[in-house]
Amino acid sequence: MVNVSCEQVWREISNYLEGDVDAALRAAMDEHFRACKKCASVLQGTRNVIQLYSDERMIDVPAGFGRRLERRLAQIARGSGWSTWSAWLVPVAALVLIAGGVRVANSVAVPHPLLSEHAQPGRDIPPGMLVVVSAGAKDFHVLGCPFIHNKDKERTLTAKEAIDQGYVPCVRCMRKYLQTADSGTISLESEGDAYADADEPSGKR
Amino acid sequence: MADPNVVLSNPAQAGATREQELIARVQRGENELFYELVRPYERRVYAAALAILRNESDAEDTAQEAILKALANIRQFRAEARFSTWLIQITVNEALMRRRRERKGMVEGIDDRRDDEEEYTPRDFADWREIPSEALERKEVRQKLAQALATLDRKYREVFVLRDMEQLNIQETADALGISVASVKTRLLRARLMLRDLLAGGWEQGWFSRLPFEKGTKPWST
Repeated sequence: MVNVSCEQVWREISNYLEGDVDAALRAAMDEHFRACKKCASVLQGTRNVIQLYSDERMIDVPAGFGRRLERRLAQIARGSGWSTWSAWLVPVAALVLIAGGVRVANSVAVPHPLLSEHAQPGRDIPPGMLVVVSAGAKDFHVLGCPFIHNKDKERTLTAKEAIDQGYVPCVRCMRKYLQTADSGTISLESEGDAYADADEPSGKR
Repeated sequence: MADPNVVLSNPAQAGATREQELIARVQRGENELFYELVRPYERRVYAAALAILRNESDAEDTAQEAILKALANIRQFRAEARFSTWLIQITVNEALMRRRRERKGMVEGIDDRRDDEEEYTPRDFADWREIPSEALERKEVRQKLAQALATLDRKYREVFVLRDMEQLNIQETADALGISVASVKTRLLRARLMLRDLLAGGWEQGWFSRLPFEKGTKPWST
């Protein structure tokens, strides 16, 4: 049987409790704990500490935390519900409008003036889509867009909130939602595709 | 006779199956189910953010941002990982980024960057007086434990919270904090021994005695 000193036991006691010591060392430590009251007390106390702190009751959250989170998620979910319907509604609405000969110059309502006068407002952006804006910048981006300026001051919000606040879509990562003068097409590609596009080197475009 | 373990394992199994189902449905676009998916972990998400930021308001902001980020990236979640671990790792990352932003320009203390080379020697060898889990029903006991944890240096507190409170494993803790496995083990050992000494020492000096318990009784058994 290998003998271990108290110092060795203290050094390994955390690994012992993790089950991260080999069989010979474990046997030696077990023997040591039987003989040494000091180390048995250290073992018992350490095990007690782990057991107490791992209890869920040790975590207090501020009052209303769950309710605030639920409300925020519900806002986003409502937005994405529109996005699901839009897959059907937009083409149908477009057909109706074309058949009736009605032209709508600009169907996107922008409550705030655009932060950039050269910007395009974008078309058919899912309102619940999560986007990122940053302090001092005028555009919003999909998460992970490599063209976000001032990343230290970024915040996440829905596309609808960003548009309402006057932000405009990033011409790179959101380009599929930007209507060009010659195409006039309506894009219904997914958020995931937009994200993938953001990873493309800009030289490809 | 029926195997009692089968009966006992059913709720956990049912919970895991429900979680997998929720993940799949949210990944297909049913975002309204996401709160049900994260609700069991919201306390742990908050605690992870608080361990790093030490400010309740910042911790709540960060926890909520992390949960929104998890929703935005839910399609990247792969079933081989635990959902709770993935969520906590996003939270830790958000909290570390926030702390870096707020401390921009400040020089990090040398103690924050390297582990103590000296080994930690326990200080209290008196017979350990077991504090049972039932004691946690008492707010005063929880507060005392929280105060003891708050006295630890940041690097010890973070590792302890992620491993022992959040139940990440050693490797996951190392990955989340961007430190080596060896550092996690060193810091964890120290954190556990320091907390043991703080609680044992406090007990000897009467940290429970300041609480409204009758002298000579065990506070947790009242």
